[in-house]
Amino acid sequence: MRELSLHILDIARNSVEAGARNVALTVVEDPERDRLEITLQDDGRGMDAETLARVTDPFYTTRTTRHVGLGLSLLKATCEQAGGVMELTSTPGKGTLVRCVMGLSNFDRPPLGDLAAVIQSLACETEHTELVYRHIVGDSEFRLDTMEVKRELEADCLCAPPILQWLGRHVREGLHDLGSRA
Amino acid sequence: MKSVQELRELRERTKAALAVRDREGGPRIVVCMGTCGIAAGARDVLRSLLEELERQGRDDVTITQTGCKGLCEREPMIEVLIPGSAPVTYGSVTPDVVKQIVDDHIIKGQVVSEYAIAIGSEGN
Ligand code: FES
Repeated sequence: MRELSLHILDIARNSVEAGARNVALTVVEDPERDRLEITLQDDGRGMDAETLARVTDPFYTTRTTRHVGLGLSLLKATCEQAGGVMELTSTPGKGTLVRCVMGLSNFDRPPLGDLAAVIQSLACETEHTELVYRHIVGDSEFRLDTMEVKRELEADCLCAPPILQWLGRHVREGLHDLGSRA
Repeated sequence: MKSVQELRELRERTKAALAVRDREGGPRIVVCMGTCGIAAGARDVLRSLLEELERQGRDDVTITQTGCKGLCEREPMIEVLIPGSAPVTYGSVTPDVVKQIVDDHIIKGQVVSEYAIAIGSEGN
């Protein structure tokens, strides 16, 4: 995938499909330490040790479990190419944490890409899954909590076109003000 | 804060739209968001879908997503469900195709047969 945001969407979709009620996405751009860190934490079904070992093995997953986990092995490869690592921790019944660290200025790091469209996509699921998205650049932070937006709108979910469009614009503006350059 | 003000305005608008939707069961569009769907461009399809619906003022459409449907070579795929008519699955959907589907199928009720890969019970 040519953008990190597509990887993010893919692993966040795993969370949704694993029955997560809460997903926390945090992106940290740290120019001082030349680091880009992306973490995704969910409270979904989680994976046991055996599955965990399997999902990052591209050969195993593509053959047997039809795409589930394929995205994680792709992401791992992307992180490693960009001079970084991907860590995966999971507890059955509790949830999963994916943490990626990459060199911010690494030449082989894909751009973050259209994160706003990713948030729009995830917001379609807010009937069942809430998202807290934090994006940090240096000392500034942009934060979006779908539960707060729902409360403000007095709506049960955000999957209506005008709301999704507002969210997209809100995130784009937020990231622009933040000076995100990843 | 500007965004809170915007949200309040949005609240009035969406309340009306959601009420119509709940009462009359508006159209529903399902975007396939499995790994290969995403790799093939499903996210950008969703984005252009939202832009197109906004342009046409169709606040009443529900957007949902689904995972892998096992038809990787036809990704990106979307399903259009209009109450009272057969559901239609579209394949190889690009942002341009989205425009056509919104104009012809959502607005005029005509299936875009060129991209339809299944009509009827399948899915949903
Ligand atoms: S995501 Fe695999 S076929 Fe659609």
